[in-house]
Amino acid sequence: MSHFLRRQRYLIDFTLASLGRRKGKNLGLLGVYTLIVFLLASVMLFSQSLRREAGLLLENAPEVVVQRMVAGRHDLIPAAYLERIGKVRGVAAKYGRLWGYFYDPAVQANYTLLVPRDQEIKSGEMIVGAGIARTRGLGAGDYLTFRSAQGQSFAFRVADVLASDAELVSADLLLVNEADYRAFFGIAEGMYTDLALEVRNPQEVRKVAEKLSVMLPDTRPILREEILRTYDALFQWRQGIVFVLLAGSLLAFVIFAWDKASGLSAEEKREIGILKAIGWETADVIRMKFWEGALVSLGAFLLGYLAAYVHVFFFDAALFAPVLKGWAVLYPQFRPQPFVDGLQVATLFFFTVFPYTVATVVPIWRAATTDPDAVMR
Amino acid sequence: MLLSPAILALIGVSAVVTALLLLASVFAVRVLRHWDIRSGSELQLRLERSTYLISTLVTFAIAAEVVALLLFVYNAEGMHTQFVGAMCATGVLNVNAWGWPALLLKIAVFFAGSVWLLLNRLDNQGYDYPLIRLKYGLLLVLLPLVATAAVVQLQYFLNLNPDVITSCCGSLFSPDAQGVAAEVSSVTPRTAMLALYGSGALVFASGAIYLWRRRLATLFAASAAVAFPIAIVAIVSCVALYVYEHPHHHCPFCILKSGHDYIGYWLYLPLFTATALALGVGALAPWRHIESLRTAVAADARRYAAIALAGFVLFYAVATWAIVRSNLTMAGTWW
Repeated sequence: MSHFLRRQRYLIDFTLASLGRRKGKNLGLLGVYTLIVFLLASVMLFSQSLRREAGLLLENAPEVVVQRMVAGRHDLIPAAYLERIGKVRGVAAKYGRLWGYFYDPAVQANYTLLVPRDQEIKSGEMIVGAGIARTRGLGAGDYLTFRSAQGQSFAFRVADVLASDAELVSADLLLVNEADYRAFFGIAEGMYTDLALEVRNPQEVRKVAEKLSVMLPDTRPILREEILRTYDALFQWRQGIVFVLLAGSLLAFVIFAWDKASGLSAEEKREIGILKAIGWETADVIRMKFWEGALVSLGAFLLGYLAAYVHVFFFDAALFAPVLKGWAVLYPQFRPQPFVDGLQVATLFFFTVFPYTVATVVPIWRAATTDPDAVMR
Repeated sequence: MLLSPAILALIGVSAVVTALLLLASVFAVRVLRHWDIRSGSELQLRLERSTYLISTLVTFAIAAEVVALLLFVYNAEGMHTQFVGAMCATGVLNVNAWGWPALLLKIAVFFAGSVWLLLNRLDNQGYDYPLIRLKYGLLLVLLPLVATAAVVQLQYFLNLNPDVITSCCGSLFSPDAQGVAAEVSSVTPRTAMLALYGSGALVFASGAIYLWRRRLATLFAASAAVAFPIAIVAIVSCVALYVYEHPHHHCPFCILKSGHDYIGYWLYLPLFTATALALGVGALAPWRHIESLRTAVAADARRYAAIALAGFVLFYAVATWAIVRSNLTMAGTWW
């Protein structure tokens, strides 16, 4: 075993020295290779962290949301529906929710107004998301005036600004109390935007939804797992689309690698000829070339992945964010959480190292089987 | 179909590997037809050179298939959120009828490929390449296997429809269900453990005999070939339950997760390596009478047998340890 290891070590040693002798050519290859890894890894890390973020955010969402549908459109749901649901086995809690959107012409953006369940807000006050606070230059104690559904103006005092750690959802959020909400939007007492049900046992969720759709035929139950699944599919699909678009550059890279590997300079050919003349076997030359490829690949992979990591997690994926995130006026500024998994790395490996290796196999073999006398002549 | 990068990568890798083997097979056919070691013709010289290409191509192809096998399992694990009722890789493989065959074919490709590589390595040590026709004949058998695996995998991915309700591991492996996967867990833990340790004893005995006496290599390979499926069955029907400390959780993939100390890798890596090497010993030993291979067979087969035995020791030790350290007590129910 130690013989084997020593042999590989000498081969690597030789290969490194030989790579160093042709700096320009190899640095060019390394640069292009790194760029390819960087592009793919950025897309991957970013969309992966978006998926993760969505999953983390929905962790505390209710398992089932019931919306009333009138003529195929989402409508307000009467509180009486809560009684009609009555006691469904497996449902730990059920309550009505009040939320809605408000278009603010001043910044040409939509706000989300919400009545929090677990937080008491004084009448005439509100808590704003960091995105709104940023755009309108608000701080605690400032006043913000909106024109309500009835045409009167409502002035709210900003009691607090939401912490920016969950900005992906809270950027455009306004929290107000129930009475203010109803007065502002003109929603009658006893009506809710939708109903939320908490179901502890994940295996009962579908059964509960089934019962609800029988009991309340004019409603649609939406499951949390469905939302999660949709997000997952959406982000994966976007990622896949970007990868397909990048396939062109990948192909170009493969051709480039093929060309580099097959277009050996006279000097390189002479080197191989001399090696074979002094007793290297074809297999040794192939091994050396394999190490050459492995070292370049490893270097490019590490550099590219590192650059992508910095790009995504320190510079917020400035290059790809618009495509992968979607677009909005009040777009949240959020720092994706650093997150790396084996699936990503293995996939990336197959998108970069594998094509490179395949492209260079035949040229390597051609170079390794050249006759020493033919090249030294 | 789902357009996820991992799926694109897996389909791409299978296609490229099939293409590589096809290329190697073209050369192999040429070698089979015209090989004549005594000839000094230009054609023979070219054929001898092409053997380097073939072995390099196949080595790359098999290496890629090994990583692809891992990626396939990771990917199945990663996709479970997108299928109703799937809780882990098992549920995702169960989404359509192609999932399990795709995995099994990938495992078959791994074993066939590694035996081929061991044989190739042996043959390259003989100055007259005595096994060259056998080797390249086998390559022509390997190609359809790899191609089938690629097609089945493609079918699996093309037929993935995220809305299909799949049974997760709990109901899939419930003993009264029908189908292959159900058969596996309806083996009682007691039978599974008896078979596991019985086949283990057989492997150790035949391996030891081979190491000392240089005999019964075929028995060693055969017992490894039997021990491997038994080990998988035992993991599904008993060992995994002790790892999860849950008497009805049979999933063979969840043991790869961090929550279970990655114990799955400690089980699967030694098991797969040891089985592949033991099969290799069986493939190598019959050629010990060939003059140019005698020393090579002696050295290689001995080394493989020793590593294989070490791997099996590790596997059985980890499996036993997983059961012993578990908080699950089934004495009185199972034993």
